[in-house]
Amino acid sequence: MIRDLHEKLINQEITSEKLTEEYFAKIEEKDPEIQAYLTLNNEFARDLARAVDKKIRNGEEIDLLAGIPCSVKDVICTEGIRTTAGSKILENYVPPYDATVVKKIKENDAVILGKTNCDEFAMGASGENSAFQTTKNPHDLSRVPGGSSSGSAASVVADTSVYSLASDTGGSIRQPASLCGAVGLKLTYGMVSRYGLIAMASSFDQIGPITKTVEDAAIVLSRIAGKDRKDSTSMPTADKNYENLLGGANISGLKIGVPKEYFAGKGLDPRVRELIEKAIQKYKNLGAEIIDISLPSGEYALATYYVIVPSEVSSNMARFDGIRFGQSVGAESEKTGADYTLGDIYFKTRSKYLGKEVKRRIMLGTYALSAGYYDQYYLKAQKVRALIKKEFEEAFKKVDLILSPTSPTPAFKIGEKSEDPLEMYLADIYTVPANIAGLPAISIPCGTIEEGGKNLPVGVQMMGKWFDEETILNAAYIFEQSA
Amino acid sequence: MLSKDEVKKIANLARIEISEEEADKYSTELSDILGFVEKLNEADTEGVEPIAHITGAKNVIREDKVVEYSDGTKENIINNFPEKKDRFDKVKAVF
Repeated sequence: MIRDLHEKLINQEITSEKLTEEYFAKIEEKDPEIQAYLTLNNEFARDLARAVDKKIRNGEEIDLLAGIPCSVKDVICTEGIRTTAGSKILENYVPPYDATVVKKIKENDAVILGKTNCDEFAMGASGENSAFQTTKNPHDLSRVPGGSSSGSAASVVADTSVYSLASDTGGSIRQPASLCGAVGLKLTYGMVSRYGLIAMASSFDQIGPITKTVEDAAIVLSRIAGKDRKDSTSMPTADKNYENLLGGANISGLKIGVPKEYFAGKGLDPRVRELIEKAIQKYKNLGAEIIDISLPSGEYALATYYVIVPSEVSSNMARFDGIRFGQSVGAESEKTGADYTLGDIYFKTRSKYLGKEVKRRIMLGTYALSAGYYDQYYLKAQKVRALIKKEFEEAFKKVDLILSPTSPTPAFKIGEKSEDPLEMYLADIYTVPANIAGLPAISIPCGTIEEGGKNLPVGVQMMGKWFDEETILNAAYIFEQSA
Repeated sequence: MLSKDEVKKIANLARIEISEEEADKYSTELSDILGFVEKLNEADTEGVEPIAHITGAKNVIREDKVVEYSDGTKENIINNFPEKKDRFDKVKAVF
């Protein structure tokens, strides 16, 4: 889609200003129902679009992303545009700087329409943990779009943005992409700078695109990847134009691993299983070799995740203390006349402005890291993390990629799981292993399930070797093109 | 099983004020989650080294060079202070 719009722009069939206006009009029409956006970039978007139009008129060469309207998940900092992370504690926070990914797309003249809703600090699998609003699934407004990148996925599918930059800690890009019928690409840990991404679990978090097509995901990837001096965990990456590498590779002989454990669980909806099996058959017909593999430590993935992630959360959330930025009861005390001590400000600010799931994870992590329990929980989980990584290393000696469902179920009803945190955690069962091992993984649509007269999308996930985004993009592209 | 008193102790360490009612709720919820993660004890990790970092990157260094930010950026940082006096972040007495 990006390339088509780009052609129209450079052939002057449409201006970026007109395109941007069209998208704002679509937002005005659809967003009152879908509620994907938290903040619109009315102030700057049109100026940016006009600047691109000027370049085109002057015959200057423009990038593929230039003049194309996109959205950015509200956990990614945008200079001068309110960034809330879906939390009351950052309700009025206006970042003084751009995240590196935002800087990079802006350098390519991207037009940011606004900031999209998400679970508070990206903690959730349904979008319902946003402190502001619950984004609806565009295919069925009574259902969740998935999470945590609820607004990003919903806006891409409702076409109120062409693509979106989101983040994935345990499936937050892929699971909503699956539930909404979009393409979601989680990159290898270290592929892209996390500078300016409001941290949830630093050893898991990665930024990536949610798009309508595989090619669009490749286009965005090529422009955001790379080493950044502001993020010491970002790695030097080969300077590739992933979009130009698509379709070149021959799928015949491609070795696709199918882990038997991923299909054994009771939680897997039989209708999802059927669609995944069809996808496997399709790859077989296209000439790929399907290889049964075993990843026995996978059964510990979710438990590992829910020890290490809350531990990192408890540490990362310590910065929200009402002192340097964000909401603070201290600022209100001048009005209320309350005489708070420093301790009161910490306790009362955090209690008042952080949501339930955030507090739950902070406390869980505080417990797992506390004296006497560290070895039992945190250290044990770090060892199991090593086991899981090793198992993937072994598996990738035999196969080029690993195929599985993205989510065990299609989109569930709003409110269905919100009162049971553990039940909600199970929605991430197929997505967390990639984050635990730092692998790249993509979710692409592979069919729909009819329920109550609505067609609910289902995604198939492919995990690749470290820094081998090319293979999974190619496999996804061929699947998409042969639809 | 995490008792209500343990929940209160953890909340105190995490600097979160919780009510009696919340302590009850968190006691149940956190116990459920801890029960679930007990599964880790079944994994045989004899002789396995824990990993803290997935890419194995170590001692990443860069030039210690000051990068100046614009006055606008500096002002915007100051504008985010919840309480300020002139250009200072105002904080309650520590002692």
